[in-house]
Amino acid sequence: MGIIKVRDLVYEYIRRDEEGNVEGITTAVDDVDLDIEQGDFVAILGHNGSGKSTLAKHLNAILYPAEGTVWVDGKDTNEEKYVWDIRQTAGMVFQNPDNQIIGQIVEEDVGFGPENMGVPTEEIWERVEESLKAVGMYSYRKFSPNKLSGGQKQRVSIAGVIAMHPKCIVLDEPTAMLDPKGRKEVIRAVRALNDVEKITVILITHYMEEVIYADKVYVMDQGKIALQGTPKEVFSQVEQLKELRLDVPQVTLLAYELEKEGFAMPKGVLTNREFVEALDQCTR
Amino acid sequence: MPIILDNVSHIYGEDTAMAVRALDKISLVIPDGQFIGLIGHTGSGKSTLVQHLNGLMKATSGAVYFNGEDIDSEGFDKKKLRSKVGLVFQYPEHQLFETDVFSDVCFGPKNLGLSKKEIELRAYAALKLVGMEDDYFYQSPFELSGGQKRRVAIAGVLAMKPEVLILDEPTAGLDPKGRDEILDQIAKLKRETGITVILVSHSMDDVAKYVDRIIVMNKGRVMYDDEPREVFRQYQELEAIGLAAPQVTYIMKELRDHGFDVSDDVTTIEEAKQEIIAYFKER
Repeated sequence: MGIIKVRDLVYEYIRRDEEGNVEGITTAVDDVDLDIEQGDFVAILGHNGSGKSTLAKHLNAILYPAEGTVWVDGKDTNEEKYVWDIRQTAGMVFQNPDNQIIGQIVEEDVGFGPENMGVPTEEIWERVEESLKAVGMYSYRKFSPNKLSGGQKQRVSIAGVIAMHPKCIVLDEPTAMLDPKGRKEVIRAVRALNDVEKITVILITHYMEEVIYADKVYVMDQGKIALQGTPKEVFSQVEQLKELRLDVPQVTLLAYELEKEGFAMPKGVLTNREFVEALDQCTR
Repeated sequence: MPIILDNVSHIYGEDTAMAVRALDKISLVIPDGQFIGLIGHTGSGKSTLVQHLNGLMKATSGAVYFNGEDIDSEGFDKKKLRSKVGLVFQYPEHQLFETDVFSDVCFGPKNLGLSKKEIELRAYAALKLVGMEDDYFYQSPFELSGGQKRRVAIAGVLAMKPEVLILDEPTAGLDPKGRDEILDQIAKLKRETGITVILVSHSMDDVAKYVDRIIVMNKGRVMYDDEPREVFRQYQELEAIGLAAPQVTYIMKELRDHGFDVSDDVTTIEEAKQEIIAYFKER
């Protein structure tokens, strides 16, 4: 079994009126299967309200399935005795960095997680050091978090999660509130965690460019998985993605537009280099 | 009505040890009817700047003129200024509070002391301008999708009939379709009503696609103020301050590096496509 296995997952939100009477039921996740192997870099795309975040919250037992089962590192999230193990195995990073930082000083904030786990003091400091180094924030360890940029704060949030030594990290739109530089910093840090530390990464995002390095992409729509495959396979389907309120990277779009004009461009061009090579072929 | 900033500086915590110069001698002219993109990394002074344009913040030194009048002069009607210069904050849907969509949009004009009929006409027109269907008017704003909520919040500002509309990252957190819908709607509004629009954005691709003038802020100063093409020509300088050119500009540069004789003075997908087609025709 992989690090994460999901079978027949259904989750429903019950809508209530002001008196608390049930008005209706929204099925946010509808019969989803997912298999993620240790060390994978998985991206989840989907429009607002497609069920991505609800699915993500099942991966570290913030929500429990209404139907179906979620196993994290072989442990069923429905079993209460596993909750803390699961949350240590699968750490979560959210959209707004300001809601996730509590420490007065960067290194204290990062140490908060392992301290709560009862890690011996000496080891806490070792973990803080290695975590901050992994996201490139070690030189800011004595800073007050409110002196940092959005991208830096978000990297501190990520360090706070990896200090708990998770096998898997779930990031729910970690770059949505950042400027281009902050976005790049965070994505670079996330890719390094995956490449170097071999931590499984599950990245939820609206930025198509952040997805091209993933091993596998899932696209959600109406609580179901509508498309899945490698980034190349998924981004080959420009029209389907547009119907799902999504987009493709700009370079993919340009190649696609040229193909419509009769150029022999391959589908799912993901990088500028691929684009140049493909266009080079057209000149021969 | 034009806005003129004359040597405007703003210092947070002046005369304290924590004093920060957020705006440093900014001089700008914002004439009627322009579509302006305001870019700069987090902390560059963009939000501080826009809050000076409708008098929410007061310049530490220098002056802001609206239609020739100093907005800090005695007797200047700031309330009126704020109805003329509408500011849509980041995540404006957090400011929705009424029980239904229509009442929420009515709130602004109601505070202007207009007649009930005028208020409702304005609210109706504003909701139409942002593309909200009648079916939603009496729904709770909290039951709408993220993109719809944001449009209702923008309608609330439009109902004040502003002459200048400032939007601080109106697409943050929206999915790509929602992003295009909001920006297309704003572009259409701009075409139809001729109002001035100032778009604060982190997306170079969006800015390149929509605006006709870009103001680049860095460390509280205006670093560039020009047409998108001219600004993005300085891509290396932009990168040095945490910004970039649109992605398509980099594709064209890479093509040039590989011996394709195409212009890299390109900022949108459409321009790139035409440029490449023309190049292949000429061969």
